[in-house]
Amino acid sequence: MLAAIGVSSLQEIFDRQIPEAVRLGRDLDLPPGKPEQEVFEHLRELAARNRSSEEELSFLGAGFYDHYVPALIDMLMERSEFLTPYTPYQPEISQGGLQVMFEYQTAISELTGLPVSNASTYEGPSAVAAAGYLAKLHNGRSRFVISAGMHPHTIQTLRTYAHGYDMEVVEVPLRDGVTDPDAWAEAIDGQTSAAIFAQPNFYGAVEDAEALSAAAHEAGGDGPGHGPVVVAQVDPLTLGVLRSPGECGVDVAVGEGQSLGNRLDFGGPSFGLFAAREEYLRRMPGRIAGETRDVDGRRGFVLTLQTREQHIRREKATSNICTAQALNALGGVVYLSWLGRHGIVELGELMAARTHYARETLSALPGVETAHAQPVVREFALRLDADVAAVRERCIAQGINPGVDLHALTGRDEDRGGLLVAITERRSRADIDRLAEALGAAVAAAPARSGEAVPA
Amino acid sequence: MSAIDENHLHADPAIEVHPEQHAHHVAPPAQAGAPTPLQRDAARTIFQKGAAGRRAFLCPELDVPQLPAEALPERFRRAAPPRLPEVSEPEIVRHYVGLSKRNFDLDSGFYPLGSCTMKHNPRLHERAAALPGHSRLHPLQDDSGAQGALELMWNLQEALAEISGLPHVSLQPSAGSHGELAGVLLTRAYHEHRGEDRRKVLTPDTAHGTNPATVTMAGLEVVKLATNEDGGIDIDDLRAKADTDVACLMLTNPNTLGLFDSNITEIADIVHGVGATLYYDGANLNAVMGLSRPGDMGFDIVHFNLHKSFTQPHGGGGPGSGPIAVSERISPYLPVPVVARREDGSFELDADRERTIGRLRGFHGNYGCFVRSYAYIRSLGADGLRDASETAVLNANYLLARLRQLGVDRHLPLAYGTLCMHEFVLSGGPMKRELQIKTLDLAKRLLDYGFHPPTVYFPLLVEEALMVEPTETETKETLDAFAEALAAILAEAAEDPEIARQAPYTTPVRRLDEVAAAKQPVIREAVG
Repeated sequence: MLAAIGVSSLQEIFDRQIPEAVRLGRDLDLPPGKPEQEVFEHLRELAARNRSSEEELSFLGAGFYDHYVPALIDMLMERSEFLTPYTPYQPEISQGGLQVMFEYQTAISELTGLPVSNASTYEGPSAVAAAGYLAKLHNGRSRFVISAGMHPHTIQTLRTYAHGYDMEVVEVPLRDGVTDPDAWAEAIDGQTSAAIFAQPNFYGAVEDAEALSAAAHEAGGDGPGHGPVVVAQVDPLTLGVLRSPGECGVDVAVGEGQSLGNRLDFGGPSFGLFAAREEYLRRMPGRIAGETRDVDGRRGFVLTLQTREQHIRREKATSNICTAQALNALGGVVYLSWLGRHGIVELGELMAARTHYARETLSALPGVETAHAQPVVREFALRLDADVAAVRERCIAQGINPGVDLHALTGRDEDRGGLLVAITERRSRADIDRLAEALGAAVAAAPARSGEAVPA
Repeated sequence: MSAIDENHLHADPAIEVHPEQHAHHVAPPAQAGAPTPLQRDAARTIFQKGAAGRRAFLCPELDVPQLPAEALPERFRRAAPPRLPEVSEPEIVRHYVGLSKRNFDLDSGFYPLGSCTMKHNPRLHERAAALPGHSRLHPLQDDSGAQGALELMWNLQEALAEISGLPHVSLQPSAGSHGELAGVLLTRAYHEHRGEDRRKVLTPDTAHGTNPATVTMAGLEVVKLATNEDGGIDIDDLRAKADTDVACLMLTNPNTLGLFDSNITEIADIVHGVGATLYYDGANLNAVMGLSRPGDMGFDIVHFNLHKSFTQPHGGGGPGSGPIAVSERISPYLPVPVVARREDGSFELDADRERTIGRLRGFHGNYGCFVRSYAYIRSLGADGLRDASETAVLNANYLLARLRQLGVDRHLPLAYGTLCMHEFVLSGGPMKRELQIKTLDLAKRLLDYGFHPPTVYFPLLVEEALMVEPTETETKETLDAFAEALAAILAEAAEDPEIARQAPYTTPVRRLDEVAAAKQPVIREAVG
């Protein structure tokens, strides 16, 4: 090989190209390489020091949920043909992946009731920020109005991005667990670029999405094409039961896709869904697969509307996204096919019934009350008359993780004493009853709540 | 003794190839014949399959009381179920396995897609990532219940810091372009904190499209830099444009021409001289691991593509992961959270950083990708990583030399330079003029030969560009076969250019009408 190249040594290739001054000239300070089995043992040892949802009865949620992932998803996601190709730049040899994107887009459109979907974005919170950028490009206005009922990570992410877009972010407070409708209408005006809320919201409450959308369109003025873009961050697995964003008058629906057949993976990779009304199609971020024909008239699929994208449009692109989450979106569409038209409703009903049962059961315990009385379908917030950290510690010692310490996550004063409890199809009535027993005992035994008193 | 002399895991020049391993390729069909089985198989989506009432999912039994009607008022309820498919498990499996056969993938063949580093993805990584301790770990698990994960992330941060020569790392960004956004926002924060409002970001005309797109998203303005005759940055142009309104220069080194910019120290001095930062697009890091470090070249901010240099499988368009490493002066602004080591040696997520730019996404980043890339770094170690880069560069130069030996360079000359780093860019201009086939035609004909084509029409400044990155995990035999296929296609074209112009002939579908797709977009199945 060296002779073919015409050099006497490998070193010569580098000597002729990399200036001496910037050559490392020493070994990297890293542990030496190891055989496969030793690396596996090391990774297994690290895994063993994590407490997974396999090892405790977990009610953790707040964006990522411990759903059952059917075996066929593992099998399909590990197939070389889906696992190892790059983005489908050569459509003739990428029809499988492109058709998966097309099917995924169809499934997300059906689920959200919105006519156009892209092929995935990174994940939930950054999908909200991407929707904000779409709104800015669409109407050129200067402000995002955002419900305080969004996940704190979403709000923080939007703020980071908005600083880049030079946009202002205004938070609308909650009332009775949902977005305060008066404050919402008041905050939205002719400078509102996007009005953004979560359904269900971070505290598990079902928002009146239709009323929020209508109020935003009304208050934002200027009519279709120029008014504020109404953005809902949705949990796709609740959409068998809850009215779709499209039916509620939402313009852009985004969301975290993890609950659709993806693993917990300590927070990623998963995928972000992104669907919209037709008028936003040419401002969508990310890849979109479209149908076409080949020279012989066969049906086929290609990446389309690429003039939106960074590799064509460069500084005028509608987004900088390149690699997104194709494999995770495959998991999503396979999961939705596996659940099917009726399964997604049955699963949603089961979760809603168990969530309701759990809230009733837990809030009946002494020292435990519900944080709001709004409808809940997969998750709910409680307020404990005890120190949440101490309560959680006691429960965890018994192998039960009772949920997320709200104040620790949000830092909001009003969340002191808050516990966010998530229910999936993997948490049975017996599991919920076990939680009730442990939580009741822990609240009774734990010291009183630390910090300031919580307003009723 | 360098690892290349003893390590036989890659394409080692010292290994004698068995002559019989040289497959004698039979040229593929040079015209459309009877349709192949995959060509006969009409594309029907999962929404066009199944039947009413068919299903795969059995719902667990309702073990609590029915949800009372008042608990979820009717106006919140969906009127009709979403029109998802109604299919059985065997139908789903057959459908998606069938689709998988309509994909070309790295495990099936050579994938020299320039700037994408399509190196082998060891299956160990999939097995390790699937361990329940990793895959079923909730992101809000308490730090005490996630020590293994945090240690893994810490170790990965440390390794990436050492590889890049920059001490502080955030693993949060989801992909390369997300890391770029982090980098430009960090630059803004750095200047803003110093009371400076700098609006311009310099990017060479060879830059990846994500660079300028990112600059706009971060609220700054792109200023293009010219390329000199050696393929590097035009230093005079840089001097003319580098002023105190410049926030940053974004650079790939080696650049997208596959060339190491030998003026890098001077470039860094000019950029730092006007108080700007230097950003390293890590897409091409695979050329220099253990050989040269961005931090030592003077860069302030680097992003890594774990799905390129560090073998996270690309998944047909993600997931990726785009950690960043930064110099001391940029570190106060890093996105949160970062993994920190406590005094007792345990680990925690630290989100309490006063000057942070904030979050870029939910939770802590694509942990599943961290597991894979960490496994890779532990498998290779210091020697192995350097060996990987050395072999990647050796393979690229060998392929380039082999193309010259076969006379391919007459029609497809190297655009710049004589040697290359891990990839090289050919110009299809002479081929287009002399043989009447375009780079696109060549790429499509390569499909019939069983190869994934190189990146085409990028970088933009090279006429009819063909960007070839073989990676270190390909054998000499594969490189030879690819070179011979290119030579064969040019020979065919000299006889009859229509062969390439009408290609491909053997793929599940033939050339697709992309213009029609964009004109009247159909982006979803019409569902009944």
